[in-house]
Amino acid sequence: MRSSEEFDDERWLDEHAGPLVRPYVMTRGRILPIRGKFDLISLIVTVRPVPMSEVGFGPEHLAIVDLCHEMLSVAEIAGRLDLPVGTVRVLLGDLLHRGFIAVEEPQPEVNMSDEAMYEAVLDGLRTL
Amino acid sequence: MDYGLSERGAGRPKPPIAIKILIAGGFGAGKTTLVGAVSETQPLRTEEILTDQGVAVDDVSGVEGKNTTTVAMDFGRITIKNRFVLYLFGTPGQERFWFMWDELALGALGAIVLADARRLADCFPSVDYFERRGTPFIVAVNCFEGARQYELDEVRLALNLAPEIPVVLCDARERDSGKKILITLVEHAKARNTAPPEKMAGTPAG
Ligand SMILES: Nc1nc2c(ncn2[C@@H]2O[C@H](COP(=O)(O)OP(=O)(O)OP(=O)(O)O)[C@@H](O)[C@H]2O)c(=O)[nH]1
Ligand SMILES: [Mg+2]
Repeated sequence: MRSSEEFDDERWLDEHAGPLVRPYVMTRGRILPIRGKFDLISLIVTVRPVPMSEVGFGPEHLAIVDLCHEMLSVAEIAGRLDLPVGTVRVLLGDLLHRGFIAVEEPQPEVNMSDEAMYEAVLDGLRTL
Repeated sequence: MDYGLSERGAGRPKPPIAIKILIAGGFGAGKTTLVGAVSETQPLRTEEILTDQGVAVDDVSGVEGKNTTTVAMDFGRITIKNRFVLYLFGTPGQERFWFMWDELALGALGAIVLADARRLADCFPSVDYFERRGTPFIVAVNCFEGARQYELDEVRLALNLAPEIPVVLCDARERDSGKKILITLVEHAKARNTAPPEKMAGTPAG
């Protein structure tokens, strides 16, 4: 596992890299989160505010921390911040690594043969 | 170290059970419209970055040389009595995006294949994908003005659908129509997944 110090000196892509530069710069060229898997429907919640003294975070990290005071799915964070999902995953990995967020993975198995589950969902849909 | 919610969970309500539903279909079939019509939130767009190999970018070196593109996903949600949250993902149906569906389809309750009544064939790849993957799906025919009126059986025939696959006509702009589609899908998935053993398909195809 890489330490937080290591990812601070990753190289930046230059601006000729085209329209993808922004997302990559935000993640300092990283593709995979240093921690965590982050399914699209994993739920993220902020567990502590980021102190002023914290270094190495960009505005997008802080935006996520702000956004997730209310529990939000990974897909929704990406949509609200208008960032590619892959980028959001990397940022979330940083935040998880330093203990600013908690992750609730989706139930490993929503029991797809549970009749009661379907009935409850159908009931809910009919009364929407 | 674990930051799992359950460990901090004193007094915090259990998070709702997340259920994924996919909305697939050809270009302009009405996917974004449908997600927007039924979602309780503003429909959101999220993007994933792809290379021309049709795989998610996995190596940043030389990104500038690759033919990269982004694929947009629509995203909406419906909360049901704080116990369930249906997450709706609208995705384009072209084959080169299938790698992304693989992630989406994992653990999904089922899929809605939206067909544009003017271009039924555009949804072949989607139908094909879910059939092969064994994901429960239904076909919803979006009846744009000017499209000829189809009989449901005609659609079934044109798409070569098995008799048990539900086909409905819809107007993707109408919330009630969207609700009906969702209900049809959940009923179908329920019948598929809770069917008594003797109703299961016979021997696996060889
Ligand atoms: N008349 C009519 N128009 C519709 C209906 N559904 C969608 N439209 C319109 O058709 C156009 C395409 O709909 P979208 O929801 O953007 O389709 P899409 O599948 O998301 O399209 P792409 O993401 O570009 O593949 C929009 O201008 C919609 O307003 C419908 O049921 N009837
Ligand atoms: Mg769309």
